Amino acid sequence: MELYQYTVQEIGEMLARREVTASEVLAASAERIGRVESRIHAFITLTLEEAEKTAKELDARDEIGGLAGIPCGIKDNLCTRGVRTTCASEMLEDFVPPYDATAVKKLKAAGAVMVGKLNMDEFAMGSSTENSGFFPTHNPWDLTRVPGGSSGGAAAAVAAGEVFYALASDTGGSIRQPASFCGVVGMKPTYGRVSRFGLVAFASSLDQVGPITRTVTDCALVMNAICGHDHLDSTSLKVPVPDYTKDLQEGIKGLKIGFPREYFQEGVDRGVRDTIMKALLKFEELGAVVEETSLPHSEYALPTYYIIAPSEASSNLARFDGVRYGYRDGNARDTVEMFSSTRARGFGPEVIRRVMLGTYALSSGYYDAYYLKALKVRRLIKEDFDRAFERYDILASPTTTSTAFRIGEKAQDPLTMYMSDMLTIPVNLAGIPSISIPGGFIDNLPVGLQLMGPPLSEATLLKAAYAFEQATDYHLRTPVLEV
Amino acid sequence: MTDKYEAVIGLEVHVELKTKSKAFCHCATSFGAEPNTHVCPICLGMPGVLPVLNRQMVEYALMTALALNCRIADYCKFDRKNYFYPDLPKNYQISQYDLPIARSGSLVIETKNGQRAIGINRVHMEEDAGKLVHKGNIITTPYSLVDLNRAGTPLLEIVSEPDLRSPGEARVYMEQLRLILLYLGVSDCKMEEGSLRCDANISVRPQGQQQLGTKTEIKNLNSFRSLERALDYEITRQIEALAQGERIIQETRTWDEDRQVTMSMRSKEEAHDYRYFPDPDLPPLRIDRDWVERVRRSLPELPEQARRRLSEEYNLSRYDALLLTASKDILDFFDDCVARYPKPKVVANWITGDLARLLNQSKLEIGDCRVTPALLVGLLKLLDEGTISGKIAKAVLEEMFTTGEAPDKIVKDRRLIQISDESAVKAIVDEVIAGNPKVVEDFRNGKDKALGFLVGQVMKASKGKANPELVNRLLREELSRR
Repeated sequence: MELYQYTVQEIGEMLARREVTASEVLAASAERIGRVESRIHAFITLTLEEAEKTAKELDARDEIGGLAGIPCGIKDNLCTRGVRTTCASEMLEDFVPPYDATAVKKLKAAGAVMVGKLNMDEFAMGSSTENSGFFPTHNPWDLTRVPGGSSGGAAAAVAAGEVFYALASDTGGSIRQPASFCGVVGMKPTYGRVSRFGLVAFASSLDQVGPITRTVTDCALVMNAICGHDHLDSTSLKVPVPDYTKDLQEGIKGLKIGFPREYFQEGVDRGVRDTIMKALLKFEELGAVVEETSLPHSEYALPTYYIIAPSEASSNLARFDGVRYGYRDGNARDTVEMFSSTRARGFGPEVIRRVMLGTYALSSGYYDAYYLKALKVRRLIKEDFDRAFERYDILASPTTTSTAFRIGEKAQDPLTMYMSDMLTIPVNLAGIPSISIPGGFIDNLPVGLQLMGPPLSEATLLKAAYAFEQATDYHLRTPVLEV
Repeated sequence: MTDKYEAVIGLEVHVELKTKSKAFCHCATSFGAEPNTHVCPICLGMPGVLPVLNRQMVEYALMTALALNCRIADYCKFDRKNYFYPDLPKNYQISQYDLPIARSGSLVIETKNGQRAIGINRVHMEEDAGKLVHKGNIITTPYSLVDLNRAGTPLLEIVSEPDLRSPGEARVYMEQLRLILLYLGVSDCKMEEGSLRCDANISVRPQGQQQLGTKTEIKNLNSFRSLERALDYEITRQIEALAQGERIIQETRTWDEDRQVTMSMRSKEEAHDYRYFPDPDLPPLRIDRDWVERVRRSLPELPEQARRRLSEEYNLSRYDALLLTASKDILDFFDDCVARYPKPKVVANWITGDLARLLNQSKLEIGDCRVTPALLVGLLKLLDEGTISGKIAKAVLEEMFTTGEAPDKIVKDRRLIQISDESAVKAIVDEVIAGNPKVVEDFRNGKDKALGFLVGQVMKASKGKANPELVNRLLREELSRR
């Protein structure tokens, strides 16, 4: 077994025992990147030189532990001090933030070694990473397929062994859907659990930072490092952070799991449904009580999301105007022309589409019919979950409606693309935590199992995910990339 | 023609709060600093940054709202007002739309028909924008520079009901509001520096009509004078238009200071659609009742309370009370004097009389003046003790005003001590009587005025130092004796 194939937990222990050095681990990652990156295209920016310095410093320390010395990648919408943060957009192609996102800062404080910034759909708007303003990323399981999105670079890099874990963001499924497509673990924490400071905002009331890892234990380890209150984010929760690894092995005997029937209906591929149904049987074998339940407003989640998210985005992305930073059309004759042509040229088509959608939805005369109505439906969706969690500890479902689709397959049809997020979006609208783990395979393509829990139930989700993971071998399979 | 119409005016006042840091970041608030030196990623609207509410801003808003007798909301929220402008870093302004921190207040003003309460519709918090610097004017400038020092400075918007009926009332309302804000210490209220700004909504209607006419909004009112003049102009313009059978167009107009006219800026159709929606980065604000009560209890004395105190405790006239409360500094000066010298009426006369005149002449504020309450009281005591005459006292005050020296020192150095020694005064009286036989004759023939002339001569001969009462008495004695 090669060094890059170990988990965060294993590498961490090896580093702590001084069996390897941080520099050696980094070299393994760098070597792996050198070998596969030309086929995956996961990175927008590589920072290997900086990483070498960090690794050397860590090796010089008397002690090393936790995440220290373990190479990771950061989605390119999380600000990294001194390293350009592009959001995969020409608008920010040369933007170098003078500050770290709080989650990045916490990882750095833990000794993380950042090897680069990861590709994504432009401004996190998309489900395939084909909306990257630079290039698409390829799915390590089948290079003709998308890795999912918007955190496609993050999921692909983790699955391909280029990094041990990645930090990403999830607004409507952007961590879980690519994790599902790439056969890795992705968690969207409770809204407010991880600081959003330094995460370039897409839809502020939905955005949340979270980890992508190869195992559940690794997910818990990264969660331990990034969660917690931040005085720079007024929406971050003032709740103590437990040790998420502590109860992993507790088992799930008696755990009540509901599976919402709406998540197994038409629109979800039969193969995916069957795979996840089989996964539910596994939970029963492990001692959980599994029952069908209902989240009746599920069908409204997608339209609700596509009002709220673009509305917030239209305002959040207004700051990209060419005045202070980023791309500017220098040929414009006056200010108004500079604004409009900077934005017309700097943003890609999907971003423009969503900014226009949101601008329309917030316009006077339409606000009540669209935005306000969407807020009300959002509440109904939240209440569906509240009711379900009165009876069930967690809910289980497929993460996605299908396995990874082919590059180009949905690129020309935004609505079909939007539909592929219908199972992950409700979680963001409700602000609850959710995890996607490998739940099976169809034709050698991973199928994601999504677990959802009430606010701040991350530890329970991780425990259930761990029990399933330990009882299956899906997480042990790796894509074959050797030539 | 104009008295057939009535003007209806409402003011939207923006006031910059004097907090140490900006509304949503740690940057210092400042005026006149080098451009773009009081900025950080947050007030620059860089990607990924988030606002964090300044507690002091909320406290100042509460103080102001309470001073304006407003109802404080239990629950308020922040909204985004979306529009593109190069001085607005995020291209939205964090403001409060449908749930402001306070509503339904009032402010009492003095009008020619007595006191009247002007309704306050709402008070809300928001952040200021930066500034654009043009080369020449905005149309011909080859480029514009952006200074974001001011961006994110906390602002209050105070919106009145359309209760004002004349430009004069609008001015008085503005002045009273400014005074209250200054007493609260929440703002510098410098119109020339833009820390107090005002937009006016104005319409006219035939006298007696209940329904409101079509209004226009006037912007760019940078002084009390321009507020009054712009409203005067606009009232005349609207009345003339109506008289000629025209209709008023609802629009935003700007006051052209150079030409002294209002000009159309944009019509209602061209108005921005601000696409307000709740700011998802700032949780709604629940305002604790205990906090409100704590703020209410800690409010300083407000101008109207001070006026009542001056009338009731010191028996001063309403007029004196108005003058003495015209600024917090004057009131403090007065109170300080009275604490040292418990003759409020005398103190009031000196402050509103001679001292006010000197301040006016030199265009100084009482706070900048070299005469301190201790020094003024020193002067009044010299007067009471008979050391100097009232006339000398005025001269000494002028000297104190210029040099800042103590009155007793001035009196001593310049040998201004009143001559109350009877024999010394008598010698001068004798001299004057001897030198003015004709006037003495006139007096004896019943011309009372002649006495005044003789007193003047004695005072002149003593260089003003002779005790005037003594001069009077001795003159009468001498004249009746002969």
